[in-house]
Amino acid sequence: MAGPTGPRSAPNRTTGPTSAGTNVPAATGTLVRGNEDDLSCNSRPLGGRVVSVDLLGIARWQFGITTVYHFLMVPLTIGLAILVAGMQTAWYRTGNERYLKMTKFWGKLMMVNFAMGVVTGIVQEFQFGMAWSEYSRFVGDVFGAPLAMEGIVAFFVESVFLGLWIFGWGRLSKRAHLACAWAFSLATVASAYFILAANSWMQHPVGVEMVDGEPRLSSIWAVLTNNTLLAAFPHTIFGCFAVAGTFVLGIAAWKVWKRDRQGLPRDEDRRVWHKSMRVGAWVALVSFVGLAISGDVQGKLMFQQQPLKMASAEALCHTEQPASFSVFAYGDVSRPDCESVKSITVPFMLSYLAHGDFDTEVKGVQQLQREYEDEYGTHYPNDPRLGDLAGERIEYQPNLPVTYWGFRFMIGFGAVSALAALGALWFTRGGRFPRGRLWGPLALASIATPFLGNVFGWIFTEMGRQPFVVAPNPNPSGVDGVWMYTAQAVSSGVSPGEMMTSLIALTSVYGVLLVVEVFLMVRYARGGFEAVMPPKHSDDDSGSGGDDVLSFAY
Amino acid sequence: MDLPTVWFCVIALLWLGYLFLEGFDFGVGMLLPVLGRRETERRVLINTIGPVWDGNEVWLIVAGGAMFASFPGWYAGLFSTAYLPLTLLLLVLIGRGVAFEYRGKVDTDRWRRAWDAVIVIASWVAPLMVGLVLSATVFGLPLDANGDRVGGPLVILTLPNLLGALAVVAFSLLHGAAFLALKTEGGVRERAHRFALLLGVPLLLPVVGLLLVAQLREGAAWTWISLVIVLLAGVAALARQAVGRDGQAFVLQGVALAGVVVTLFGALWPNVLPSTLDPAWSLSIAETASSPYTLTVVTWVAAFGTPAVLVYQGWTYWVFRKRIGTEHIPPVHAA
Repeated sequence: MAGPTGPRSAPNRTTGPTSAGTNVPAATGTLVRGNEDDLSCNSRPLGGRVVSVDLLGIARWQFGITTVYHFLMVPLTIGLAILVAGMQTAWYRTGNERYLKMTKFWGKLMMVNFAMGVVTGIVQEFQFGMAWSEYSRFVGDVFGAPLAMEGIVAFFVESVFLGLWIFGWGRLSKRAHLACAWAFSLATVASAYFILAANSWMQHPVGVEMVDGEPRLSSIWAVLTNNTLLAAFPHTIFGCFAVAGTFVLGIAAWKVWKRDRQGLPRDEDRRVWHKSMRVGAWVALVSFVGLAISGDVQGKLMFQQQPLKMASAEALCHTEQPASFSVFAYGDVSRPDCESVKSITVPFMLSYLAHGDFDTEVKGVQQLQREYEDEYGTHYPNDPRLGDLAGERIEYQPNLPVTYWGFRFMIGFGAVSALAALGALWFTRGGRFPRGRLWGPLALASIATPFLGNVFGWIFTEMGRQPFVVAPNPNPSGVDGVWMYTAQAVSSGVSPGEMMTSLIALTSVYGVLLVVEVFLMVRYARGGFEAVMPPKHSDDDSGSGGDDVLSFAY
Repeated sequence: MDLPTVWFCVIALLWLGYLFLEGFDFGVGMLLPVLGRRETERRVLINTIGPVWDGNEVWLIVAGGAMFASFPGWYAGLFSTAYLPLTLLLLVLIGRGVAFEYRGKVDTDRWRRAWDAVIVIASWVAPLMVGLVLSATVFGLPLDANGDRVGGPLVILTLPNLLGALAVVAFSLLHGAAFLALKTEGGVRERAHRFALLLGVPLLLPVVGLLLVAQLREGAAWTWISLVIVLLAGVAALARQAVGRDGQAFVLQGVALAGVVVTLFGALWPNVLPSTLDPAWSLSIAETASSPYTLTVVTWVAAFGTPAVLVYQGWTYWVFRKRIGTEHIPPVHAA
């Protein structure tokens, strides 16, 4: 990572957060010091500096990797669990075997994914204490409660009723078995609510008062009805359904395409795949509408709650009135003088996105940096535990390229997946399916888009909150004086070597398991209904004496 | 009793639930190659815990979450100090959970053997780490005034803590054997039964040893009572096992475990994590407890949530109460 030292001479190596190589400084971006005179509106110099491999940097990478990875599994689990419960309900009500096939097939893929979500979730809960002990001490009075609630209310229901559902085919009555499906799938949604309550508190602390320099919970109701949470929850859940809908759409479309190209008959199985595909496409399309609406609400909130996140998302240097929305930058947003960034803009649009009208002023990064310095101080405390940052000047602007491109990739990938869904609905109307060679691979590729949209959305919102781990609440009627810098949050008793060990070990295991998961999903997708439906003969005696052999076993 | 003390007891109870439930499913995993000689027998073993292992593991997550909510300083101090053991615990729990779910999904011996290896290794390593970390919180760690570790990552490896690790492994083995004797039939059951009888006494020794160390170093007068209960229940469990009363033996082991947890947490009280450097730096219940309001909130959640959990988790065990033998295992149905 050695290179020219001055930020101004930093080479243009920023290609967005997708490139692993340039991603190192991105994650530690706000913590790498630049020249004092570049304070305003500069992004951190990417790729142009020596980045010390420090505890904080490793801890942040670990949190980023484990969280993004966990969130590859979570939205698919949540969305697919509800869809499968819906399919099973259709089977229960109509008795039509078509819905049983759909339940079994999509249920199997959901289970392959569910296991991964469960086991990677334990890491999420443990690493607050392990890697972020200072954070845990500081916020424990507030932050622990939603986590404990998530465990007691959601995780127990999820795990117990999933076990009952997997092993309960033929053992429970159809009605009880269906109830199990709804129990665990709704529990995944409840789980999302509680963990988003915790996250929203980090974005916008409410319901606390400061006692002896630490936040004390004064209203759990305020935490559970935080307006940040009420906006983030629907946005996240729509994101889950966008993922699940596109997943179903992509795989089912690939199955139909393959059958048609092999010249297989237009039989019942094709109808079931076709039906699955259209269900998935509708789910994805409706989700995108929901995402756009909830995202707009969330964005307007963020302009009030974390104006620097949003100004950075727009690379908006100077306060504008009315403000233009930047669609796409073709300059180098990583340059410290963001004035040189050229971008295609839509006049008045940003004023609308921020405040709902076309003439309100939107504050730029330079002005906000000065306001934050007045409000929260100019320098980090001279605490040796802050390492290199002790006594240094505080950069309040989050990493500009990550925030700017993260925001655009989130929206962009979401839009692509919506277009895919719309296209699928049009081209497959009335049972048809286009014959072209590219349609199958294209359908499979579309599965990736909502995943990427989710990932970039989280990277954007978490990186955009930097340098804070708990962002201050700027609302004067809200909670004042509660904030924490990320640099202060890391465990001071843990050595960089330990942190690096766990980072490498977890990343390696995660990598291997991702390969295994995809391998299994591909196998099940290839296998189709035959691989998941019970063998025919067992259907005949399921009514009499079928109790001897387990209907499902590992 | 004030709320912090109530929550200290709740944490003890959550760990008891975890050790009781995941204890036997760790034992089943450890005994997989010992008692499961043929593939179908190994599937018998795995399917005794198939529907329930995930729910059992949630007790660990909730124990961690409850510590975070009610004693943030305890959670932060213990988890950051025991960084490497907990990392290893997380890694093996990840592998183990995925192994159960994926093992039957491809029908080749190589595939199954690989996941079996993950299950066995993880089932041995996990209780070792749990025992290490739990003992460390009882016997203390070299903490500074901030509650952070002084010294390298391996300071946790003291003799008492290693004994604790051994004790949890030993208990899990014995508990797993008793569970299998209760839940299986045929060859597996006979072997599990023999295993529990033959190794019952040697496996109880490290448990009793751990309790004696805890009692002599930190114990109160009243914790002698729970220690004696452990001995009585442990011996009674073996006696019931000998006459083939598998259910009673299993329950008596639970009673013994309750005695173990009471003795250990009794020895820990009124601390939550002693500092071995300076008693003034020890983390206590009073110092690390969350505010009364927070504790009240989580008390209400636990008061309604926990009984419900016990009811529906109990119901699962009722639904899957039948003994499993090789004749109940369906043919492999993989992708």
